[in-house]
Amino acid sequence: MRFFQLLENTMASETIKEGKERYKSGVIPYKKMGYWEPDYKIKDTDVLAMFRMTPQAGVEPEECAAAVAGESSTATWTVVWTDRLTACEMYRAKAYRVDLVPNTGPGTKNEAQYFAYIAYELDLFEGGSIANLTASIIGNVFGMKAVKALRLEDMRIPVAYLKTFQGPATGVIVERERMDKFGRPLLGATTKPKLGLSGRNYGRVVYEALKGGLDFMKDDENINSQPFMHWRDRFLYCMDAVNKASAATGEVKGHYMNVTAGTVEEMIARAEFAKSLGSIIIMIDLVIGYSAIQSMAIWARKNDMILHLHRAGNSTYSRQKNHGMSFRVICKWMRMAGVDHIHAGTVVGKLEGDPLMIRGYYDTLLDTHTNVQLEKGLFFEQDWAGLNKVMPVASGGIHAGQMHQLLTYLGEDVVLQFGGGTIGHPDGIQAGAIANRTALEVMIQARNEGRDIWNEGPQILADAAKWCSPLKAGLDTWKDVTFNYESTDSPDFVPTTTASV
Amino acid sequence: MMTNQGNRVTQGQFSFLPDLTDAQITAQIKYALSKGWALSVEYTDDPHPRNTFWEMFGNPMFDLKDPAGILMEVNNCRKTFPNHYIRVTAFSAVRGVESVTMSYIVNRPKKEPGFGLVRQETDGRTMRYTIHSYATDKPEAERY
Repeated sequence: MRFFQLLENTMASETIKEGKERYKSGVIPYKKMGYWEPDYKIKDTDVLAMFRMTPQAGVEPEECAAAVAGESSTATWTVVWTDRLTACEMYRAKAYRVDLVPNTGPGTKNEAQYFAYIAYELDLFEGGSIANLTASIIGNVFGMKAVKALRLEDMRIPVAYLKTFQGPATGVIVERERMDKFGRPLLGATTKPKLGLSGRNYGRVVYEALKGGLDFMKDDENINSQPFMHWRDRFLYCMDAVNKASAATGEVKGHYMNVTAGTVEEMIARAEFAKSLGSIIIMIDLVIGYSAIQSMAIWARKNDMILHLHRAGNSTYSRQKNHGMSFRVICKWMRMAGVDHIHAGTVVGKLEGDPLMIRGYYDTLLDTHTNVQLEKGLFFEQDWAGLNKVMPVASGGIHAGQMHQLLTYLGEDVVLQFGGGTIGHPDGIQAGAIANRTALEVMIQARNEGRDIWNEGPQILADAAKWCSPLKAGLDTWKDVTFNYESTDSPDFVPTTTASV
Repeated sequence: MMTNQGNRVTQGQFSFLPDLTDAQITAQIKYALSKGWALSVEYTDDPHPRNTFWEMFGNPMFDLKDPAGILMEVNNCRKTFPNHYIRVTAFSAVRGVESVTMSYIVNRPKKEPGFGLVRQETDGRTMRYTIHSYATDKPEAERY
C-alpha cells in the first residue's frame, strides 16, 4: 500500500532575526515575524494542529499558514514592541509544513487547498480547559480575510496536556461492567415521536422497548421540559419503566435522561433528581457548551453516572469539507472533556458518513494509541495517556436487516440505536426490540464462529427469522430501506495497491 | 414464571437464541482462545441483575488452551449444579481492557421464577425501587 505522494516542501525560514529591525513599527508579513518555521523541530509537549486552508487569491500558502499560526497564538495585525518583554519566540505558534491537498490546484478542476501543520507551545494553554484550548485554536482565525475558507482537520494533544483532563466519567470498560453486558454492541432507541408525548405515554414506549430486549432508551436532543411534558414527569415515569423492565428481564437497563437546560445549575438539579430515582445514565447536548460539558462530566464521575452526549448542532460546522472543523476533532475534545457516549455516525443510516471517516471517529474515541492513518483522516499519532474510552453511538435510520453491515463497519464497542426500527415495528414495540436483539445475537454468534457475515449476513438473518417471527416481520418491513447518498466529507487519501516487482 | 421473551433471564450474549449446543459452546470458546482470553465458568442461584459475583467453578483457566478441556469444565459444572444458572466468561488482560470480554449463559433452571419490583412510595411522586429475586425467598442451596 502507498499513499498519494505529499508535496515536498523546501521553503526556508524567512523570519527576521530578533532585534531592532524586527520590531520597527508597521506591518510585516506573518512569515517574517516568526510564524513560518519549516525547520522547526516538534517537541513531545507541543500541541499540534492541522488546518485545511483555501487562501484568498494572491496569498501564498506559507504566508497564509503563518497568518493562521500567528492569529491563533501571539500575533496581531501590526508589530508591537511589547513582544520584547516576553519570551515571544517560544509563544509564537509555528507553521512548519504546508502540503497541497490531493486533487486540488493547478491541473484539477478544484481550487487550490493546502494542509497547514502548526505547532503550539504547551504554555499557551491552561490545563484542563477545553474552552481555553479552543479559544486559541479556533478563536479568531476562521474569520480572517487572508483565508477564503479554513477547516481544522486534526489535532495531536500531548500526553502532558491530556493528563490535565479528567476524561470520560465512566468509560467503556466500566460502563460494560456496570451494565453487565459484554462482547456485543449495546442496543438502544430514541423514544418517538420526539415531541408531544405526555410523561405517562412516553414511559410506555420506554417500558415496551426495554422489556422487549433493548439495553437503553433515550430522550431526544430537544426533549427538555416543554408544556406537553415537564422534566420531572418524564423522569418519574421513565424510571418506573426502567425498573419494571429490569425486573421483567433480569438485566440492568437504562434511560438517558436528558438534563439539558438553560443553566448549569438547573442541569445539576435535574441530574441529582435522576440519581435519586436510581438512573444509571443522564444525557446532555453538545449545544450546552464546552465548559458546561466539563462540569457535567465532573458531576457524573462523582455520582457514578454514565454521561451521554448528543452532538446536536455539530453539522453546522463539521459537515462541509472546506470550512469549519472535522468531527474527529470534536471527538477528541469530547473525550478530554469527559463524556461517556457520543453520537459518531452509522455509515449505513440516514445521516452523513463515509465509512473510513467514521472509522476514524470511532478510533479516536476508542484507541489507547492512534497511528497516522491518512485514509481515515487521522493525520497525527496520538497517545491517549490512559484516558478512558468513549462509547460511540450509532443512531439514525438503521434497522435489524443491516446488522451484518453495522457489526462489520462499527465493531462491538458501540451503542446501536434503532428508534424507528424498534417503535415502527408492525407487531409493536416489544416485537421490534426482540427483532433487533435477536438479529444482533445471531450475528455475534456467527461472527465468533468464523462465518463471513459481510456476505452471509442476509442468509444468517433469514435463517433466524424462521424461528423468530418478530425478526421476520421486521425484515419484511425494512428489507429495501437504504440511504445511499454521497458523503460530503470524504477522505483525501485513498489506499492504492502497488504491484510487487 | 417470567413474562418476557423466552420467559427467561436474558443476561449474557446469547439469551435470545435457542439454548446453545455443546458444539456451539465450543465454537465460542475457540473464538475466545483465538483472542488470547482466559475462560472461566461461574454459577449462581441468584441471578439478580446486580449480583455481580457469581460463584467461580475454579479459577479462570489461564493455561488451558484446549476447547474440549474447557467444555469438560462447563459440563462438570452442569453435572454438579444442574438447576443453577451457569455462565462462561472470558477475560482479556490487554491494557485498555483488563476486563470481561464475553459472557454467556450455558445452563439455567427449568423454571425461572424471575423478579418482583418493590416500590416504596416516598416524598411527592418519588419512588424508591428494589428488584427482588424470587429465588432468594428460599435459603441458599434450596432454591430450585
